[in-house]
Amino acid sequence: MPKLPKLPAPPLPAALQGPPPRPGERNGKTGPLQDAKEAGITVVDWVDERTSLSGAGRWLMFRKVPKGTNWFYTLGSATMFAFLSQAVTGVFLAMYYRPDASGGAYESIRHVTNEVFLGQFVRGMHKWGSSVMVILVFLHMGRTFFFGAYKYPRELNWVIGVVLLILTMVMSFTGYLLPFDQRAYWATIVGVNINGTGPLVGPYLSDFLRGGGEFGATTLSRFYAIHMLLVPGLIAALIGAHLYLVAKLGTTAPPWQKAEEQHELLEAEV
Amino acid sequence: MSDKHDKHKSKYTADRMIPGAFEGETVTRRRFMTGTAHTAGAVAAGAFALPALGFALGPIFKSTPHHWESVGPMSSFTEDNYTPVVVTLTAGIGEAGETTVYVRKFNPKIDTDPYDRDSQYIAISSRCAHLGCPVRWVDAAERFICPCHGGVYDLLGKRVGGPPVRPLDRFYTRVSGEDVQIGPRFSVNSELRRFSPRDPGEPLDGIGQYLYPSRPSAQKL
Repeated sequence: MPKLPKLPAPPLPAALQGPPPRPGERNGKTGPLQDAKEAGITVVDWVDERTSLSGAGRWLMFRKVPKGTNWFYTLGSATMFAFLSQAVTGVFLAMYYRPDASGGAYESIRHVTNEVFLGQFVRGMHKWGSSVMVILVFLHMGRTFFFGAYKYPRELNWVIGVVLLILTMVMSFTGYLLPFDQRAYWATIVGVNINGTGPLVGPYLSDFLRGGGEFGATTLSRFYAIHMLLVPGLIAALIGAHLYLVAKLGTTAPPWQKAEEQHELLEAEV
Repeated sequence: MSDKHDKHKSKYTADRMIPGAFEGETVTRRRFMTGTAHTAGAVAAGAFALPALGFALGPIFKSTPHHWESVGPMSSFTEDNYTPVVVTLTAGIGEAGETTVYVRKFNPKIDTDPYDRDSQYIAISSRCAHLGCPVRWVDAAERFICPCHGGVYDLLGKRVGGPPVRPLDRFYTRVSGEDVQIGPRFSVNSELRRFSPRDPGEPLDGIGQYLYPSRPSAQKL
């Protein structure tokens, strides 16, 4: 049988062809520097092709902000970074902490403070950072209030922010017990009893917090679980929702910023 | 067309002109599948959520067993002054589970309230009725004084000043052999009438006993 002439192969579809050469590299041999540059771009492209994350990133990061945006608008980010700092230092403190009410808790904190390399510093960051976070939350709340940024359509973001404020307070309350020294113990006794003064539900809320009718072995581990698992998860999720709404709705201009009058339009209307 | 075969009202899917309907079928397969999936999801979520919730809320409904603790021979307590003793409220957590109790012998001259008639020893809790700080018996002033917010109580534990909302709690006492024993806690109102133990800050006079109900976790003897 005579051999049939072979047809030329069809051209590759555009998606499978390599990228066109960048300007200036058409004929040159690619050096290691060029390869390194390419590698980074290739990795990012590989991920982006499969996730489209760059679009989400651009949507979140490259937003239009109103004229008059100033340093007060950074208080929200500052609060978030305070939370991140608390989360990171908290994770590392958890590597040493023992929620043991019969003396182990105090001993583990003493060990971190006095003996662990940089332990005093990391614990100090967590301890003082908690106050910083509470202060920043209130400053951020004040900025939102005085700039009228809680008004339509941002009411839901205000509500989420208030829940975040309450959760921050829960973190402060539950974290205060963990060193398990005299101050921690009595402050928690008083705090739980203040909860108990709520009519009808108060006594049951106290029992829930203590894990029983008296301060017991489970009280400390209960506070620890709430402090490091339950509430941080809620805070992280709500910060996500808070940020989504900020990106979706945009920020407000400061109240002293006047809208530019459109003179031509006004004249045309007359 | 009769009512039974009305397009919009019939319970049969075939009559409602739904494509692929079987004879006598009343629920579409799509609807059945959706319902099944939702039910399965709810059962699966409930299977872990409900036990976890019960686990977290369980201690609210659990009653703690009463125990008696010897605090010394009868001779170590007098009629006219308090002797501090330390008892364990919660075992296994060291000092955090201990509390001071002020004990004295029953004195018919001062313990005139009708509810105290049957006690041989009076044991007053050092837990302030305001918010739970530890009160201290000051002998010279014959007062219990709280360091936190300035609550002051008299010899009987009744409030004479500061923010507390009721007298100091008491403990049941009994004599076993030669020893005085301290039992479970109880709370009292301003007439020293007994109630099941309440947390500090919860008044027991008037409507207070109903606003701050007795709890399963803290029952009277």
